[in-house]
This record gives sequence, C-alpha cells and structure tokens, in this order.
Amino acid sequence: MPDNVTHEEMDNAKSMSIIVTKGTLDWAYPPFILATTAAAMDINVTMFFTFYGLALLKKDLDLKISTLGNPAMEMPMMGMHMAMPNIVSVIPGVDRMATTMMKNLIKKKGVASIPELREAAVDLDIRIIACQMTLDLFELKQEDMIDGIEIGGAATYMETATKSDINLYI
Amino acid sequence: MAEHVLNAEGLNCPLPILKAKKALKSVPQGEILVVTSTDPGSVADFAAFCNQTGNELVSSSNEGNVYRFEIKRV
Repeated sequence: MPDNVTHEEMDNAKSMSIIVTKGTLDWAYPPFILATTAAAMDINVTMFFTFYGLALLKKDLDLKISTLGNPAMEMPMMGMHMAMPNIVSVIPGVDRMATTMMKNLIKKKGVASIPELREAAVDLDIRIIACQMTLDLFELKQEDMIDGIEIGGAATYMETATKSDINLYI
Repeated sequence: MAEHVLNAEGLNCPLPILKAKKALKSVPQGEILVVTSTDPGSVADFAAFCNQTGNELVSSSNEGNVYRFEIKRV
C-alpha cells in the first residue's frame, strides 16, 4: 500500500473489471476508454484479455475494422453519411479503406489512438491479464505481448470479479 | 503560488480527463489546476471526475467554444 493512501481511501476505493473479447480497431475503444477513465477517477481496474481481445496486447499493433457484421456502420463523408453494407466487405480492399478512413477521422477529431490509450492504461497501473488458454490456442508467446502484464485464466478473473463493484464484458 | 495550467483544447473524450489526472499529480495540495478544453462533453465529465475523486471543482465556465475549469487538488 502506498504511503500517501489512507486506510479510509483504500476502503472506499471502487473497483471494476472488464473482459475484453474483441480485437478490431473500433471495438478496442470502449474497454480502453472506460478502463483509463475509471483509473483516472481512482477506481481499481482489472482488464482480462481473451480470444480476439488478446490482439490488443501485442507489441506490434495493426488494428483494422471490418464492415462485416457491422450493419449500423456509417462513415461521415463530405457532409453526408456513407453506409457500409455488409456486402461491401467481400470487395478486396474495402476493409483496408474503411480502416484508413477511421484512422484519419480519429486524428482529425482529436480522439486518442489505441496505442496512446494502452500506454495510459499501463501508466495508470491498470492490472492487465492475458488469457493463458488463448495464448496457447493462437500460438502466441508472452514475448510478443507488451511488458507489465500478467498471465492468468478464468479462475484468476473470477476471483477479481467477485470483489469488483463493476464487471463488464465487451 | 505558481499557476498550474493544462491546455486540453482540440482533444476528445477521455483525453482531457486523463491529462488532467496526470497534471494534478504535480499540483501541490490546496492549489488550483486550470484546464481549458473544446470538448462540450468535458463539462459533465469534469463535474463527475471531481465528484468521484474528491477534488474540488471551483469553477466551470465557457467563453465561446472554449471551456474552462478550475480544479482544487485535495
């Protein structure tokens, strides 16, 4: 326990856990925004990365978005909104184009990048757990992941979840 | 008393809050951090941030498109 934190503060501290299951650029935002904001508000945060979410912990981030299974997706374009029907996803290069459009928008609107939010998460001492089973399943090594993470399984998550005030699945 | 200022203009949610949290660390207790932002959502967010963290929101105002917050560190 740090010296400058009183017992009262420790008792009052709220906690949150998030299960992160998705690894596309768009779906990387909700967990990282909520986790970093919560940590900035003195809430103890644990993030458990499993399945495709594990991609968000790779040292080399190359996140993309997919128009497939994303029927409500619309991109602003020249004052209008362009729909991205599922069917366009089969055209080669469409997902790449949508990813580029999204990254340009993010920059233009002053929205944080995912590497920036992930760095903030580490700086704010968020507890990051990578799912051991997923590492095995997708043949990923801990060396491929960023430093400062723990490796754990469902039981590790559950122990944290039972003590958390807020538990989210994203 | 040195003035503590954070310019978060042009940044979108949640960056003004994250940068304010970081900036507050170097502000001595009882002193004020002045934050400016252009994100309209930051009005509600700084109120919530201060409620949760116990820091005092001394003032919240806006001039044109720029929002100004004075946060006293507890």
